[in-house]
Amino acid sequence: MELTINGERRAFNGDPRRTLLDFLRLDCGLTGTKKGCDHGQCGACTVLVNGQRINSCLSLTLMHEGDTITTIEGVGTPDAPDPLQTAFVRHDGYQCGYCTPGQICSAKGMLAEIAAGWASAVTRDLEGEVVLTREELAERMSGNLCRCGAYSNIVDAILEVAGEARP
Amino acid sequence: MRPFEYRRAEGVEQAGALALAGGRLIAGGTNLLDLMKLQVETPAQLVDVNRLPLREIEPLADGGLRIGALVSNSACAADPRVRAGWPLLARAILAGATFQLRNKATTAGNLCQRTRCHYFYNPDQPCNKRAPGSGCGALGGFNRIHAILGASDQCIATYPGDMAVALAALDAAVVIAAPDGSQRSVPVRGFHRLPGDTPEKDNVLEPGEVILAVTLPPPAGGTQLYRKVRERSSYAFALVSVAAAVRMEGGRIAQASLAFGALAHRPWRDPRVDALLTGARPGDALFAEAADLLLEGAQGRGHNDFKIPLTRRTLVAVLREATGTQPGDQA
Repeated sequence: MELTINGERRAFNGDPRRTLLDFLRLDCGLTGTKKGCDHGQCGACTVLVNGQRINSCLSLTLMHEGDTITTIEGVGTPDAPDPLQTAFVRHDGYQCGYCTPGQICSAKGMLAEIAAGWASAVTRDLEGEVVLTREELAERMSGNLCRCGAYSNIVDAILEVAGEARP
Repeated sequence: MRPFEYRRAEGVEQAGALALAGGRLIAGGTNLLDLMKLQVETPAQLVDVNRLPLREIEPLADGGLRIGALVSNSACAADPRVRAGWPLLARAILAGATFQLRNKATTAGNLCQRTRCHYFYNPDQPCNKRAPGSGCGALGGFNRIHAILGASDQCIATYPGDMAVALAALDAAVVIAAPDGSQRSVPVRGFHRLPGDTPEKDNVLEPGEVILAVTLPPPAGGTQLYRKVRERSSYAFALVSVAAAVRMEGGRIAQASLAFGALAHRPWRDPRVDALLTGARPGDALFAEAADLLLEGAQGRGHNDFKIPLTRRTLVAVLREATGTQPGDQA
């Protein structure tokens, strides 16, 4: 079976137990995606599947035939960084950096969700326009833990990009 | 994970046949794969149902809505029809897990998620749900998150979800296909079981049965609230949750439908509470009576004793908000 990762076709015929996370890291050499808890609690393994953010540790590679996966390596490069990557550097949105690839992939997914008008648990009006306040951002990014506690800078970095993205 | 064979179901009948032969259905996988990594679940065969055509949300002729079994929790909560007509369902879904998990988790998978009891999750501990006859570690152990209603001396685990609590309050139904091709519709209120002597059975699904959809009755209107009390403000399971659909008319409660999460082995319903509230003038005395009735048979196990007063307070707060009354108001 085949899937597309960062624009490249990849084949997989391995052990059915291979999670998408392990496939990316061990078979594809894409070690930007990190393994934290391996149980969907920390968000370090967040990648985009067909544009939506998921925990790659809780998904089997075999279940992704035909899917389009974007990892942190596909989000941007040192020469051509994504605006989120630039903003994380500018705002020092990390200390050890282990959670950063997951934070950035998650933030990319989150910005797409907001553009689609998805509400969150703290959105007052389910049918109104979503405004990305700090409270909204904290709720929407609660699936990504940072054990260094760089949250305030992470929030600043994402808010800056979200603000620039607004018309 | 223990080794398993991976199969992809090409149709509902094939999925049912494989499940009848012992295969374990997998959709989003966010709960099942977690449990397989811990070897709490050790299926010999996984049956991937993700390619089945059960991903649609469709209006019903009676004004209701049919939500396909494979509709993701995110897609369901974001659907404009759900947000407008059944906001309680959207609210409950958004109160659970994270965006990453809800993007994968499905309607049927959410209904079938397993308890988060620590003893169930740890194969080194006794658990009658995981290993029938081995005992219950939670009864005399750490039971802060456990049941205060409807438990048995075999199991005090709770059903952990939020979505099903809202579905119970909204009187939704689960559409189920049997291996012989026949279909049945089970009210969500009767889908999950109490533990009794067979806590290994979470719900009424029979071997080989496949959930096709959840159906919602037409919108009931009124105020719909989902109040979830938990250890932290995001990404945590409920200690107590209250789902309420309340319609006021001329200063009286014309209709009240309540369901409670994290109190029992299933979303908890007490028709007596709904009956007491319906037709009555709202006020603190009425709400106290409702809480008395609800918690009549409540039993704490030590660490979870606090759930009894917490449920009372949460219920009163939700009823005040739903009826527009203030603390101290009397009918």
